Amino acid sequence: MQIPRFKAYRRKNGQVGIRNHVIILPVDDISNAACESVARVIQGVLALPHAYGRLQFGEDLDLLFRTLIGTGANPNVAAAIVIGIEPGWTERVVEGIAKTGKPVTGFSIERKGDLQTIAEAARKAQEYVQWASETERQDCAMNEIYVSTKCGESDTTTGLASCPTVGAVFDQLDEIGGTMSFGETSELTGAEHIVKRRAATPEVAEAFMRTWSSYNDFINQHKTNDLSESQPTKGNIRGGLTTIEEKALGNIQKMGKRTRFAGVLKPAEAPESKGLWFMDTSSAAAEALTLWAASGAVLHLFPTGQGNIIGNPILPVIKLSGNPLTCSTMSEHIDLDVSQILSGEMTVETAGEKLLELMKRTANGRLTAAEALGHREFVMTKLYRSA
Amino acid sequence: MRDFIVHDQRDNVGVAVVDIQPGHTAKGAALDGGAVADIPAREAIPLGHKIALRDFKAGETIIKYGEDIGKVVAPIRAGEHVHVHNLKTKRW
Repeated sequence: MQIPRFKAYRRKNGQVGIRNHVIILPVDDISNAACESVARVIQGVLALPHAYGRLQFGEDLDLLFRTLIGTGANPNVAAAIVIGIEPGWTERVVEGIAKTGKPVTGFSIERKGDLQTIAEAARKAQEYVQWASETERQDCAMNEIYVSTKCGESDTTTGLASCPTVGAVFDQLDEIGGTMSFGETSELTGAEHIVKRRAATPEVAEAFMRTWSSYNDFINQHKTNDLSESQPTKGNIRGGLTTIEEKALGNIQKMGKRTRFAGVLKPAEAPESKGLWFMDTSSAAAEALTLWAASGAVLHLFPTGQGNIIGNPILPVIKLSGNPLTCSTMSEHIDLDVSQILSGEMTVETAGEKLLELMKRTANGRLTAAEALGHREFVMTKLYRSA
Repeated sequence: MRDFIVHDQRDNVGVAVVDIQPGHTAKGAALDGGAVADIPAREAIPLGHKIALRDFKAGETIIKYGEDIGKVVAPIRAGEHVHVHNLKTKRW
């Protein structure tokens, strides 16, 4: 296969991004207002409000920092402004992002107030956005970008059409030396034995099973029924999916037929090398996509059956569906219609070629449906209650 | 024109790829290109929902993708709708 090429942004650390955002990143919930004010004053920047960042501790705090730093470090981000209530944790995020070599400055609100902070941060944001607007796209290749996948509002058509289409692309990306990731730990339940067999080494297989078992134990510990309507969701059930096992067996079609996964990533952790990686994620779309964006993914493939409308502020989400009803009633959300696979008029291979072509156009700068519709869901994964 | 698809030769349910009407003799297709027997639909099977390819007693296992997707909790006859009213997870 000839490696698809496109024009994208090569960052100082060598990583390739396909978008050129200047972000205004709050460290904590109470700094959202200042960040949003900066984004109202300076055009072309993106505030990323979120719900947490106070009184977190332990592994939950590590994940918060990994998510904030990873978001700023993502190659789709040209420069970052970080605003927090106090200077300590703000600087910790700034230092993490600065390791990429990109412009980043932190501002803290205590002993200054919102108004002075907004004025100072807006001046810096203007400088960054004007600088970023002069960055030119350069010749890059499909094996230089990191691609993630997760499906949502699945139905039986995802297992028949849209997930196998992603699988066909992942098989090809693997052959050309791409970097890919899948996850949705809880949603592999019923197919975990198959995923285990696809690990690159026995050690990776054991690491995967430890991660999956831990998530499954957590569900068993807290469940009050068989989770029907939560997992599978009410939407999954409406679309014909009955059990978690059935949902999982459709889900894993995204792995393709030939790939092996190289390792297990913690939530929001970046892959160490090329190849396919399993990341321990929630199966809820906004949480999971925020984790992949923080791990450095620059393009996401999202099969949907009943029509999950998810987007992410910095990670373009290509949506594909094999459900003809969804493709006709929710067409503004669907980037690629693969419903002809159901009628036998399109093969999975042909659908994969169409998806690869759309990935190339998206990498070149074409907006996805979710970007055009303003879907910017940015949701932290919270492991436990605050201290 | 196919009415339902069977993922694997071992499967005992098919997936409707059109809305199947009660009484219609549904025609199936296998993903591997193999032959699938016609099944007269005993009730409406909406697009994406499962049709039983044989009779089941409670306690039996439904197979799709060649794998176990749960246990039968109410008797099912060939051509009937297989869903949450007669199939449950074995996991949670």
